[in-house]
Amino acid sequence: MTAALPEIDAPSALEVIIAFIRSQAEQTGFRRLVVGLSGGVDSATVAFLAARAIGADNLLAVRMPYRSSSPDSEADAMRVVTALGCRTERVDITPMVEPMLALIGGDDEAALRVRRGNVMARERMIVLYDRSAAFDALVVGTSNKTEALLGYGTLHGDMASALTPIGDLYKSQLRAVAGALGVPAEILAKPPSADLWPDQTDEAELGASYDDLDRILFALVDRRWSVERCVAAGMDAKLVAWVAERVARNEFKRQIPPVAKVSLRTPGVDHLYPRRRPGSRRGS
Amino acid sequence: MEFRIGLAQYAPRLGEVDANLELAAGWLRRGATEGAQLVAFPELALTGYLLSDLVPEVAMRADDPRLATLSREAPGVVVAIGFVEETDAHRFCNSAALLRDGELIGLHRKVYLPTYGMFDEGRFTRAGDRIRTHPVEPLGSIGLSVCEDFWHASLPMLQALDGASLLVNLAAGPARAPGSSAGLAAIAGWHKMQDTYALLGTVAIAFCNRVGNEEGLTFWGGSRLLGADGSTIAQGLLYEEALVVGSIDSDDLRMQRYGLPLLSDERLELVRRELDRIIAERAGLPSPPDQDDT
Repeated sequence: MTAALPEIDAPSALEVIIAFIRSQAEQTGFRRLVVGLSGGVDSATVAFLAARAIGADNLLAVRMPYRSSSPDSEADAMRVVTALGCRTERVDITPMVEPMLALIGGDDEAALRVRRGNVMARERMIVLYDRSAAFDALVVGTSNKTEALLGYGTLHGDMASALTPIGDLYKSQLRAVAGALGVPAEILAKPPSADLWPDQTDEAELGASYDDLDRILFALVDRRWSVERCVAAGMDAKLVAWVAERVARNEFKRQIPPVAKVSLRTPGVDHLYPRRRPGSRRGS
Repeated sequence: MEFRIGLAQYAPRLGEVDANLELAAGWLRRGATEGAQLVAFPELALTGYLLSDLVPEVAMRADDPRLATLSREAPGVVVAIGFVEETDAHRFCNSAALLRDGELIGLHRKVYLPTYGMFDEGRFTRAGDRIRTHPVEPLGSIGLSVCEDFWHASLPMLQALDGASLLVNLAAGPARAPGSSAGLAAIAGWHKMQDTYALLGTVAIAFCNRVGNEEGLTFWGGSRLLGADGSTIAQGLLYEEALVVGSIDSDDLRMQRYGLPLLSDERLELVRRELDRIIAERAGLPSPPDQDDT
């Protein structure tokens, strides 16, 4: 595998992302943020960034375990809370998830596993948006670039947020940023996992390491290389084809749904405004 | 003779013209206090950048009294500032005004509207079609341009050939891949280009780039003032609001042009003949008569 991912200079990236979070809060008229804290590196990084941007007092980190969640995940989430001194709440999603899981059935065990995972992700979204209303805050997203490109996330679940601070950082670049922020070493060291079922790991589920996936994504997306060129550069042909197909197949997750154009001026088509503008700020 | 220049790399508020006029007035007064004879502001300093359909709401005529009032905040000081201009024919342009004591003494409409990749300017504003210079005493002439205009070497070179002693570029440059080699390359590209124009145009350059965030974009600042020999006179920090101040010297320009008479050596007729040929060939028209054979 050649064509390495360029190293990221963490301090500069941090400066830009922290300014971005601050400006989003300022432009929307919110002073507070809510983040779902899983114990993994992505949400830990976002929590550290948010605390740096708006202060730990203005950050609510919500821990939302399910009965099968690993106890280590929660311990790691608490490490983040302790390190930051931010506010925290615990909402066990088991009583929300179980009745829904009792309602869905099917023969295909693999498909069921994905559907169950989606239910959990969406119940967590419901909790976060409810807490955001109660805490008068914006929900800050924890999706990264690798997930967004591969579509490795649940629409209206973990992908739902008001802003996405790490959405342009590949998973394998995140570690450098997280390290520079002071994210606890235990969190940096463990294998990434969505923790939707016991012993799940991202890399086992995706079938490749994040290093390999990110190198391919960087070549295909950032450098606009063709599949053929990636293969000629020494990347695994099967994996490159799988990644390219997955990026294409999940385009729908990265865009708002298309509107059938009927009128002269259509939202999102030719009624185009910046999200934040005069009149959009709360209390303006 | 020295000429002192201030570059106000501030963060305009998107769509809030009144608030921006007030902010700009503050920076202008500060520039005057620091002895600046010219204060340059960023591209679209009075409106913000990512306007899309806000364009008609924030547009003003070039003779709008608000521009004149702003300029009067600092008597005698030349102001170069970006705004959305609406012409008599309701053409909406990304323009730069040059003002002094309430009078409009120069106007440039952005000629190159980037409409590719992350940029969508040509969808909301119309391109200018003039490349001129504007006399400003005691400096000589100023060539105004807006951001992307500088990515086309013909524009600054024409202004230098047209007599400009100072090129003023107002910019809203968003950072790409901050902290990576690719991101640094984008900023390095701007530096190389400015250094080259100053050197080959034997002309001073004032580049004012905004800071702040709009949507997911972060504008990088790093405003620069270059002498006519390509040397860096002043340079602003990345990402932070600042008034970057420095002085150019007409004596430097004079000796630089004596020692390096590139502008007066330029073979303009030859350039025009070859341009005529290239234009005809690109359009599939018969080439002008070949004069090499005579």
